[in-house]
Amino acid sequence: MAHIVDDPVLSVEHLNMRFGGLLAVDELSFDVGRRDITALIGPNGAGKTTVFNCITGFYKPTEGRITARHETGETFLLERMDDFKIPKIAKVARTFQNIRLFGGMTVLENLMVGQHNTLMVASNYTFGGIFGLSGYKKAEKEAVELAKYWMEQAGLTKRADDAAGDLPYGDQRKLEIARSMCTKPKLLCLDEPAAGLNPRESEELNKLLLFIRKERDTGVLLIEHDMNVVMGISDHIIVLDYGKKIADGTPEEIRNDPSVIAAYLGVADEEVEEVEHEIEEGAS
Amino acid sequence: MADTESTPSRPARHLDFSKVVKDLIVTTLIATAVFGSTIAFRTVSAAGGLGLEVRYDIAFYVIAAVVIGRLLLWIFVWSKPPGTSAVEMPVSIKSGLAKVSAKVGKGFGPTMLLFALVFPFLPFTDRYLLDLSILILTYVMLGWGLNIVVGLAGLLDLGYVAFYAIGAYSYALLAQYFGFSFWMCLPLAGILAAFWGIILGFPVLRLRGDYLAIVTLAFGEIIRIVLLNWYQFTGGPDGLSGIPRPSFFGLPFNRSEGGFADFFGLDYSSIHRIMFLYFLILALALLTNFVTNRLRRLPIGRAWEALREDEIACRSLGLNTTSVKLTAFAIGAMFAGFAGSFFATRQGFISPESFTFIESALILAIVVLGGMGSQTGVVIASIAMIGGFEIFREAEQFRMLIFGLAMVIIMIWRPRGLISTRIPSIFLKEKKKVSADMVAQGEGH
Repeated sequence: MAHIVDDPVLSVEHLNMRFGGLLAVDELSFDVGRRDITALIGPNGAGKTTVFNCITGFYKPTEGRITARHETGETFLLERMDDFKIPKIAKVARTFQNIRLFGGMTVLENLMVGQHNTLMVASNYTFGGIFGLSGYKKAEKEAVELAKYWMEQAGLTKRADDAAGDLPYGDQRKLEIARSMCTKPKLLCLDEPAAGLNPRESEELNKLLLFIRKERDTGVLLIEHDMNVVMGISDHIIVLDYGKKIADGTPEEIRNDPSVIAAYLGVADEEVEEVEHEIEEGAS
Repeated sequence: MADTESTPSRPARHLDFSKVVKDLIVTTLIATAVFGSTIAFRTVSAAGGLGLEVRYDIAFYVIAAVVIGRLLLWIFVWSKPPGTSAVEMPVSIKSGLAKVSAKVGKGFGPTMLLFALVFPFLPFTDRYLLDLSILILTYVMLGWGLNIVVGLAGLLDLGYVAFYAIGAYSYALLAQYFGFSFWMCLPLAGILAAFWGIILGFPVLRLRGDYLAIVTLAFGEIIRIVLLNWYQFTGGPDGLSGIPRPSFFGLPFNRSEGGFADFFGLDYSSIHRIMFLYFLILALALLTNFVTNRLRRLPIGRAWEALREDEIACRSLGLNTTSVKLTAFAIGAMFAGFAGSFFATRQGFISPESFTFIESALILAIVVLGGMGSQTGVVIASIAMIGGFEIFREAEQFRMLIFGLAMVIIMIWRPRGLISTRIPSIFLKEKKKVSADMVAQGEGH
């Protein structure tokens, strides 16, 4: 029942992650399309964030292969790379479930840190920058332009010079996404971007994500509990339960998948038999 | 409503009588326990050994003073209605202070710089004041150097004096063994100290918080103890003497023909050398400040501050935190190395005794008191700490006590240091200061 992806930006194959006696991720394989919004859903404790941490190098998987592919045909084996090289070289960026901004730095500064590697090269690893060579000044101007562009998209232009820690919660979420986009990623991994947002803010978030997919040619992989976001914008949904993939398909397929309904939403006692029956039918 | 709120001059007194009496009884007991033993009895040398002098009366007065003081506090300070702070400054004074500090803040840097430039030529400046200001400037420079590591990168370093020592010994030893001049040794000392900064950096890369502080503290002690025990090379506790004095681009400061005074047609005076040292350390300190301010606006400086704010977020953005930490240690250490070789040339004699932990603590205290990350704060704190030490030189026994008290009071008044706001490194429209509540303190705090 695996969903066919023509041009995957990321392929996860036979991923296993073991913590002591606990198998948090069990033989997981899936593809993420280059211009798709792919959602990874599942009940609490299903192993979604563990998968994210494996992809972005914060955990080293026990087994399995994670491959990132660029349009140029270059491939990167993420499970073998240092965590900081994954956004730098393989161009896979991420955000965090509990927002991790540089709270004491301004919005603009946050976005400038996102462009650290580009600017580092432009400043000749500081040696050119310290003597004020013009090459660095030009690069800095371009970096500010890119930051302005993303502030505009995230609706943060007015707050450019405010401390990131001062922003309301919804703006902090958007800033974190904007900051990741400043690394010019090929794949953006978002860990529960809509958590704690009110309906209006989550609508704005949807727009931002659709914009990223459409204009920037960046694939999006997101973990989300908010079904409005998941069903509203995803092209492809993967469902996890107890570390295993239980469904993989378009939102329409997932919506009608009885095993997903059983696992994800839980089943009322009187419906158990009915659902089991449906699952059996589906399996046969 | 607004009128009654704005005139809180006579709030209703809330005095719980039984609570006060209980408190006073406890106070009496504690005061008796403390002063009864320490003041009431005194050993005096009497004929045939020690005698005991009994002073119940003095002890009684002291205890009475404590209890009455506590009672007065109850009546006048702690009796305010709940909700108002116990030691609230009057609003008028507070807003006045804010206004003054805002005004002072703007012109403070340039004014201080101008003052520092003309200071040696002012009529009241004598040898003593000049020496003192050289000392203060040395600590300003060390404070600025440590500010990179502690204030910007947020890595608590308790062994900073080790790099100061490395700088000083580099110059002394290079001059002794190879006959290098001060101007040749100055960059070499900086490079060597930076090298040792990286050496220290590697083992502490993975450490955070208290563990980082302890390892850096140990590093400081290791360097000092090696210098103390490697007798053949460093002279051990005897130290190194006869370190060459700096020359004015090849012109020595002496009475001889071809000396500084002779060359410029001046009458020889020993103050010339002191003045030269003053301008030398001023230039070195300003170089530190200039480079630090410049680095703050470069990606490396922003990476330091980002590291202080959130290390995991840094890695998720592709920042190599290893090199970010190592550069912070190396550049901080380099400035300490410069300061160290200046110290060696000024003193003409160095020994491990000058590089004890108390020096590290003093430099860290300057950074913390000034406000971590604030360049101006370091200047104010250095003047207050080093200058204050000199003022209280008379009261030698109580010097540390007075200082401890002053530090405690200042840290209660301003827990994030004298200048606690952060100035952004880049801005789009308006440079807004970031309040200290937002700024993270980094590892080990």
